[in-house]
Amino acid sequence: MGKGFSYLIEIFTKYFLGFWAVFTGLLFPFVVFLILLYESKLAIQNFGIINFLTSTEWDPVRESFGALPMIVGTLISTLIAILLAAPISIGIAIFITELAPSWLKGIFTTTIELLAAIPSIIYGIWGFLVFAKYMREDIEPLLQKIFSPVPILSQLFSGNPTGIDVLTTSIVLSIMIIPFMSSVVKDAFNLVPSVMKESAYGLGATKWEVVKDVVIPYTASGIAGGLILSTGRALGETMAVTFLAGNVPQIPKSLLEPFTTITVALANQFTEADTPLYLSSLFYLSLFLFLISFGVLILAKLMILRIEKKWKK
Amino acid sequence: MEKVVLYRRKLISKVMLFLSFIAAIYGLFWLFWILGTLFLNGFKHLNLSLFIEDPGPPGIEEGGLRHAFIGHAIITFIASVIGVPIGIFSGIYYSEYGRDSKFFKVLRNITDIMVSTPSIIMGAVMYALFVVPFKHFNALAGCLALGMLMVPVISKTTEEMLKLVPFTLREAAYALGAFKWQLIKDVVLRSAKIGILTGVLLGMARISGETAPLLFTAFNNHYLSFDVFKPMASLTVTIFDYAMSPYDFWHNQAWAASFCLTLFVLILSVVAKTLVHSNFDWVRIFKRKKDRGIRYGR
Repeated sequence: MGKGFSYLIEIFTKYFLGFWAVFTGLLFPFVVFLILLYESKLAIQNFGIINFLTSTEWDPVRESFGALPMIVGTLISTLIAILLAAPISIGIAIFITELAPSWLKGIFTTTIELLAAIPSIIYGIWGFLVFAKYMREDIEPLLQKIFSPVPILSQLFSGNPTGIDVLTTSIVLSIMIIPFMSSVVKDAFNLVPSVMKESAYGLGATKWEVVKDVVIPYTASGIAGGLILSTGRALGETMAVTFLAGNVPQIPKSLLEPFTTITVALANQFTEADTPLYLSSLFYLSLFLFLISFGVLILAKLMILRIEKKWKK
Repeated sequence: MEKVVLYRRKLISKVMLFLSFIAAIYGLFWLFWILGTLFLNGFKHLNLSLFIEDPGPPGIEEGGLRHAFIGHAIITFIASVIGVPIGIFSGIYYSEYGRDSKFFKVLRNITDIMVSTPSIIMGAVMYALFVVPFKHFNALAGCLALGMLMVPVISKTTEEMLKLVPFTLREAAYALGAFKWQLIKDVVLRSAKIGILTGVLLGMARISGETAPLLFTAFNNHYLSFDVFKPMASLTVTIFDYAMSPYDFWHNQAWAASFCLTLFVLILSVVAKTLVHSNFDWVRIFKRKKDRGIRYGR
């Protein structure tokens, strides 16, 4: 093999690999954005941006499409899921880093990671055929009974418990994001220099005080990054939510009402869209989902990069 | 007085740590509940006809899901064939050429973000690109959607694994007068084989559980099909349709299919994780003799 040939391969390899690198990191995401934008052109021309985002009417028959119910549904279910999952995930991270004996750490981490490996359709079928029944028959009536004397909360739990509603969806979503959140938080906790913890112990602090006053403040941006990363996950979650949301395009007035999200609308209606405007509106919805989740994930990335930089110094 | 404060602080610490223990139990509780019901229901309805028979008409209690198992295997395979090389190529570039470049640092972060992009969006994009022009659903669009979902995952893991290769190894190869492509082929890729394999397995585990991108690309098919330009059944979409149906028999089949799917995905991810943690060189066993030893300057 001649030297000239080797130079040729050298140059070819560099540009060949370089092309795919640019394709993966720049070209493809950009193409995704352009296609979504192009396909939603018709809907943008018809409804504009503000109108589409604020109109509550989603009526395929009259070809009037407003995304507010989907957007509100997505935001509410994600918010409740994050609120439910955050304390649990931080607790799990504390358990793994501070409490568990070393032989348990690895096993427990892998076990929690299994939760992340279960496909989302499995959460869906389990939620739909098993969990929703418990929610309908036991948990939701119980919650109604507990909160009926409280003025605002009773409003939240009013309505007929069906099991297919905001509350069930959010609980299942929260289970799905616990592994992501706890893994990011755990990694952040592990970055705390042991000198800092030891000095706090040296001053006589208890374990909880070390966690509360040293570990958590030191890793605040890592925790925030984990929360936002899981928000990005929850926003785009499709199958489990499609099973459990009920697909009713309304803004829910209580936690026990069926609702819809952007992903549910896409999953259920893409194959039904029979007019160009209907299809275009669905692409418009996907464009919003893409932009929201991209923005949220950039934010998470920046947060996590910040703590890594701090650690490197 | 001081003693009381101390006891209170110790008590608070105990209580909070106990709560974090409860949080850990809470996580395990859901895992065992989900896997428990899945295994009980799935195992109960597992039988041979599930794998070797095609489905009967709706409402009739006969037939299996052979078409979905085969379709799922075909779709996952083609998607991997598309996604794995692209992911590995870009991963190599990020690690070997673009490590210190600002531009590629941004691209690496965008790739990282694409890992978490909602998968249904990929379905929508492939619908616009490949279903609308062909005027009917086809399996190829589904393969492309899954393949492109796989690319960032593979790319990131490949990059991470190549970064673990010690720099002294590269310097040694340079000192022998190796070209960069020889260095990549014979030193870097060779030492990171296991790591890359892990990434491929994790990527496959991820896409074989995906449903959303297939809903309006590969769609579904009630019959066995090998034609990638026609709609094709997949396990996940079939589970979705069957679970939503009113028939108990179909629910049972959905449970059995979910059981198989979850078992496959979990085994794949556990194998991947053990591979990366073990120092044992599995690949060496399968390596041919003439590959041993590194020769440069041919």
